[in-house]
Amino acid sequence: MTVEALIKSNIFTVVNEGKVDNMISNVFCCDLLSIAMSRIPEESAWVTVMGNMNTIAVASLAEVSCIILAEGIVLDEMSLAKAKEQDITVFYTEKPIFEAGIEIYKLINHG
Amino acid sequence: MLNDHIHLSYEIVSEDFARAGEAASDVKRVLKKMNVKPDIVRKVAIALYEGEINMVIHSLGGTIDVYIMPNEIQMKLEDIGPGIEDIDKAMEEGYSTASETIRNMGFGAGMGLPNMKRYVDDLDIKSGLGQGTRITMRVIL
Repeated sequence: MTVEALIKSNIFTVVNEGKVDNMISNVFCCDLLSIAMSRIPEESAWVTVMGNMNTIAVASLAEVSCIILAEGIVLDEMSLAKAKEQDITVFYTEKPIFEAGIEIYKLINHG
Repeated sequence: MLNDHIHLSYEIVSEDFARAGEAASDVKRVLKKMNVKPDIVRKVAIALYEGEINMVIHSLGGTIDVYIMPNEIQMKLEDIGPGIEDIDKAMEEGYSTASETIRNMGFGAGMGLPNMKRYVDDLDIKSGLGQGTRITMRVIL
């Protein structure tokens, strides 16, 4: 599935539309940036409640396909600017991390 | 330093989270452009980001110098203090002196130095309380 397909599924709100042709083959859920940084598999949608600049920096360095901010976490203005600059797609959802992850997992595996 | 190398240099400002990660990002961009193998690029980017963020969180500021040589990549991180009291303890996974504020940003898991050690071929730390910290990391190509 591509990020574009995740956008079209309408399960999450788009906060920033960056690169949309990135593939999503995995879901990764973690809030500790050092762990995320070293463990995120390739082609991952990263679900987290950390909505700050460091999330964007780690996402960029680890080359995640997109970020999903769960639990109604809002990206602050500076981080949004950085996401735009880095061309990273960021979604927003009120859902808890696990449920958000499951929704993506279902889409990856069942279309 | 040796001939036939590329030298990249960055200034790191204490608590400047808006720019934290820019050095690691830039080095990553350069290495990718040079067609360095992706697993090497990843190792360097992770280790350097951890080092850079440590400097932003803990130090009073410093510099990062990266030397890309034919056989290895050397990263030298040097700050002006306050220094690491117990390096062995700092190397333990889960040990952190980061504040509550820093933890709330997603850091302070005590994974920084262990991650750096894991991803480089050689890590050398020189520090002491009240002194600066000098870290040299080498990744063999």
